[in-house]
Amino acid sequence: MSYKEIIARYAEVPGGIIEAFHAVEKELSFLPEEAIAEAARVFKMPAAEAFGVASFYSMFSTKARGKNIIRLCESAPCHVAGAAEVVAAIEKELGIRMGESTKDGLFALEFTECVGQCQATPVITINSKPYLDVTPAIVPNILAEYK
Amino acid sequence: MNNVTIDGIKTSVPEGSTILKAAESIGVKIPTLCNHPDQAVKGNCRVCVCEVEGSRLLSAACVMPVWEGMVVKTRTPKVIEARKTILELILSNHPQDCLNCIRNQNCELQTLAEEYFIRDNPFSQKTRGLAKDYSTPAIFRDPDKCINCGRCIEACSVIQNVHALGKVGRGNKVIVAPMLNGSLADSPCVMCGQCIHACPVGAIGEVEEIDKLLAAIADPDKIVVTQIAPAVRVAIGEEVGMETGTMPMDVFVSGLRQLGFDHVLHTNFTADLTILEEGNELLKRLKEGGTLPMTTSCSPGWINFIETYYPDLLDNVSTCKSPQQMFGALAKTYWADKMNIDPAKIYSVSIMPCTAKKFEASRPEMVDSGFRDVDLVLTTREIGRLFRMSGIDFDKLAGADFDSWMGAYTGAAVIFGASGGVMEAALRTVYEVVTGQTLENVNFEVTRGIEGIKEAEVDLNGTVVKVAIANGLANATKLMDEVRAGTSPYHFIEIMACPGGCIGGGGQPITKTNAKRVERINQIYVEDEACEIRKSHENPEVKTLYEEFLHEPLGHQSHHLLHTHYTAKNKKVL
Repeated sequence: MSYKEIIARYAEVPGGIIEAFHAVEKELSFLPEEAIAEAARVFKMPAAEAFGVASFYSMFSTKARGKNIIRLCESAPCHVAGAAEVVAAIEKELGIRMGESTKDGLFALEFTECVGQCQATPVITINSKPYLDVTPAIVPNILAEYK
Repeated sequence: MNNVTIDGIKTSVPEGSTILKAAESIGVKIPTLCNHPDQAVKGNCRVCVCEVEGSRLLSAACVMPVWEGMVVKTRTPKVIEARKTILELILSNHPQDCLNCIRNQNCELQTLAEEYFIRDNPFSQKTRGLAKDYSTPAIFRDPDKCINCGRCIEACSVIQNVHALGKVGRGNKVIVAPMLNGSLADSPCVMCGQCIHACPVGAIGEVEEIDKLLAAIADPDKIVVTQIAPAVRVAIGEEVGMETGTMPMDVFVSGLRQLGFDHVLHTNFTADLTILEEGNELLKRLKEGGTLPMTTSCSPGWINFIETYYPDLLDNVSTCKSPQQMFGALAKTYWADKMNIDPAKIYSVSIMPCTAKKFEASRPEMVDSGFRDVDLVLTTREIGRLFRMSGIDFDKLAGADFDSWMGAYTGAAVIFGASGGVMEAALRTVYEVVTGQTLENVNFEVTRGIEGIKEAEVDLNGTVVKVAIANGLANATKLMDEVRAGTSPYHFIEIMACPGGCIGGGGQPITKTNAKRVERINQIYVEDEACEIRKSHENPEVKTLYEEFLHEPLGHQSHHLLHTHYTAKNKKVL
């Protein structure tokens, strides 16, 4: 579905621009300029303001990024449990650094705040699905699900 | 009314007043930075904090409403320490290059840093490293200097309805940026420069071109000719320590000669000419069923705006070039011929209250003289800098006259500088042309003042002509929405992009309040009253121009040199 069609579905929802942005991200993994401009038209607000919304929320990206978004918790409990080793393992497995995307467009790598699964640290999420008690050893298996 | 005590002074203020307003009313000065007297309250810089008895925390005076019996202290050690810390924190992110800054000695942050004697800032200096934006020929942005007050955004979006600027990001990473975090040139910016007046610091300014003038003056092969826009004289004095409106025109002319201009002429001459061309264009449209309402075309900010937001209504715009561009086209044809000067040697400089004029002069189509019609545009502020640099003492300077052939003007041209002036000038002429009678009282008071939208009706020999005047582009939007909807009752609409008209232009001395705009407007009419001739069609040099060169309004020569067409900007995201 094109971003125009996605945004149009939320046109009548009050304050629907945020839901529309989530829906566009689900499809494209980020918010292209054209989609932000289109949302501004549909929700009758200046593009400068629509961009303000898009840039305010950390879940939205205004820059192109990989399709599957891997988020690593950088809060204290995960840190203590060895998140740094998990970061290193994923970076090595994908050949990219935090904040980057793989060349094939399959993965994006980001930090996140606590996702509320501190009973089983370290935690990562891929497309919002949590993976618990992650160790460097099981990283390749987790990523294989998405390749 | 609420009884409040501020620094031991008892007073009574209307309910809902803020501490700031209450303090102002009794002469207690509370420092502000994000607050702007003509804008909505922002409450984001916190430099106005005060102690309120019974409150544990300090209150921001600009947002906190008073209550009955409130006791406020604005100068306690706790307050002063908090303000100093706030200033130090802002300064720790602010480039420390006041000496090189366009707003040196005219900066609200610098003034506060001085008033609060900030010496050794305990916070480490860390600027954001954002790139400067020189993408337009008129306005630059230096986002590293921005203190995120949001005043430019309000000027751009609420007052001008342009929406070129917005906030990007969140928390301490937030910045003010052009639309989609792009460049100004890619945004819908109309280059009106109202953001410059709104900015408390040096984060936005005009693209300075003083060096180009100095190079041209130093070049023996160039004959430097200048034109002065109608709104400049009332404000230029403010740049050299004089009261608004008190710089005499002849002393101003003399000062320009001191700077090295070879010939000093006046845009007022082509303002009068504009009235003849535009007045006749209106009459022609009325008679022949042309597109109505016709709008004025003098304001380049307005032209940029209609090209961006109402490209479907471009036929409504008068085909007349602005007085600046008419002057440019004539200086290198008619005037050069009359003066027996090779037009290739003329370096044509205009002194404008406007930033958008810099862009207008650079339009690729503005070359009808066979050369670039206007070579350089300097703002009132830039001329002010040149005057200060040159150390001219205006109290002792003897006056001088304008040069011939394009220096004569009438009161009708003078009032172009204020909102409603073009309309009033046009009515003075159109009335006499249509009715054949002499207009005894030339003052159309209803067209005057800073009010956003004004309207009037004029009876021309039984034909009632309805006119409207808008200043500030948000007001223009209201009139143009009616035009687009087909419900506009008007025949002729004057639009000036800037609040108050050109006297409030983006190139004028930094204008902190609308009260200053009103002061300048009043001075414009004082100058008009003092003119012996107050109707454009009675300008003797304009008459000569028609006899010798143009032959008739809207004629062949006029069409070639004085008229133009504008085109849609097609900004990709609008």
